Amino acid sequence: MSTRVPLPYTPKVLELFRNPKNLGKMENPDTVAQAGSPACGDVISLYLRIVERDGVEVIEDAKFESYGCAANIAAASMLTEMIKGKTVRQAWEVGWQEVAEALGGLPPVKRHCSILAVGALRRAIRAYYGKKGRRPDWLPEGLTMAEKQALEEEEFIERMYGGRLERG
Amino acid sequence: MTSDVRRLLEAHGRAEREVYMDNENSGRVPPEVVEAMLPYFNQVGYGHPSITNRPGWEAFEVVQETAEVVARTIGADPEDIHFTHSGTEANNLAILGVARANRSRGRKIVVSAVEHLSVILPAESLEDAGFKVVRAPVDEEGFVDQDVLAELVDRETVLVSVQTVNHEIGTIQRVRGLSEVVRDKNADVIFHTDACDAYGRVRIDADAMGVDMITLSSHKILGPKGVGVLYVADGVKVEPVLRGALSSQPLWPGVENVPAMAGFKRAIELAFEDFDGANERVRALRDRLMDSVLARVPETLLNGPRGEERVSDNLNLSFLHVEGEALTVELSIRGVYVSSGSACTSRILEPSHVLLAIGRRYEEAHGSILFRLTRYHTRDDVDYVARQVPEAVERLRRISPLGKG
Repeated sequence: MSTRVPLPYTPKVLELFRNPKNLGKMENPDTVAQAGSPACGDVISLYLRIVERDGVEVIEDAKFESYGCAANIAAASMLTEMIKGKTVRQAWEVGWQEVAEALGGLPPVKRHCSILAVGALRRAIRAYYGKKGRRPDWLPEGLTMAEKQALEEEEFIERMYGGRLERG
Repeated sequence: MTSDVRRLLEAHGRAEREVYMDNENSGRVPPEVVEAMLPYFNQVGYGHPSITNRPGWEAFEVVQETAEVVARTIGADPEDIHFTHSGTEANNLAILGVARANRSRGRKIVVSAVEHLSVILPAESLEDAGFKVVRAPVDEEGFVDQDVLAELVDRETVLVSVQTVNHEIGTIQRVRGLSEVVRDKNADVIFHTDACDAYGRVRIDADAMGVDMITLSSHKILGPKGVGVLYVADGVKVEPVLRGALSSQPLWPGVENVPAMAGFKRAIELAFEDFDGANERVRALRDRLMDSVLARVPETLLNGPRGEERVSDNLNLSFLHVEGEALTVELSIRGVYVSSGSACTSRILEPSHVLLAIGRRYEEAHGSILFRLTRYHTRDDVDYVARQVPEAVERLRRISPLGKG
């Protein structure tokens, strides 16, 4: 097997980087969350508009902002496309692997981009129900693996370099 | 894999105008240099330089002549010029070769914190063999301080390595002063300088600089990839790192890249033909680009020094609130080819150690872009880049959630 570092970008990533969909801040979102950190070089902000239809909560609109590499921007854009129109419960089920696949595949070095996007989504959904003061039975009480992975990405630099982040 | 690259390139397309400013990493070889190489593929000197037949002797003549040209430009004897196949190889040979050959004299190595990784990583690999490796800190412009360096050198120190010019931020070290204070502390220390990014832009002279070893690389002065040089002063003991048989280079086996050497020789001649004039023109273009971008793009930091102590062709800027790799892609789509010191670019998720060493914060290092000009750039090229960069930064800042108060 080749140990060569694979190409970090696909045509789909490049296309979404050029023409991202659902880009920008949303006024008065029903929920918002951020994942990543400036020190890691990756931040995704996700804004959701959620409406109730026939007693079911549906994501009517999703928007994002991104500080990060082209794959990060593309992953956030792809995720917003994937969850628009889904029920909140369906959106909760979207995994980072699905986002990566939809982008034409991400090599290991870029996987954290889709992990962060999904992390931001789950954080936004939790914040939404937190605000409502209730937790649907399908929403796990403890952090899921995907959420833990996103947290790990945020802590990555600190784990690697410890106190060096404190400088400056 | 190959078809993936092709599809990506097709999706990327080609901008109307293209300006290549990634000459630090590699670049376009001038036609005169290519022309000088061509005969050595199949007309003359296509043999092995160590073999006793006519094409072999013709090849050896190229090796010898290139060594003479290199030697003349750094005040050295051609006998002390050793060829490798890259600057990385020459740096590895310098560090590993000296450490292994002189280990009975001491086990401490001092390298500056902003050295190329092909100096730092081989040095640190010696820690397993009982060596102590110390990184000499630099100030916020990338300079190694004489007193700080002297403090780190002791009787155990066998090797000190400080580059002549920094590859990312263009700092021209005061090598003469550094080698003097090192020798005052310990006269037996072997002093190595990686001059890959100085050659052809800053005058190199082994004696005047007081150094024992110098690394050079062909493609850093617009020669072809595939030739590196390690100058080793007479009397300095170096142990070969690679083992093999056939080569006219006792320190670095493997058949010499003869066509590339012929090109390297021509590239040196071109670089030294109008040394001062060309550098002055490049400096003026670089300053024009720097002033223009700094004036047009707010929240932008210059990395490295200003003025005479910065090499003529280097520009390194940090654009806050944007990530450098995204910026390289955005600029690439606009036909401006540059690189970044962001963590994403490095593939190991660590931002440039050079930028961290001069005290840049992580987010500042992530937004860095490296430009390197050549004497072939024009004012139009520079003005095109100076127009594209603010637009590219502006687009990514609009996407970014950071820096919006």
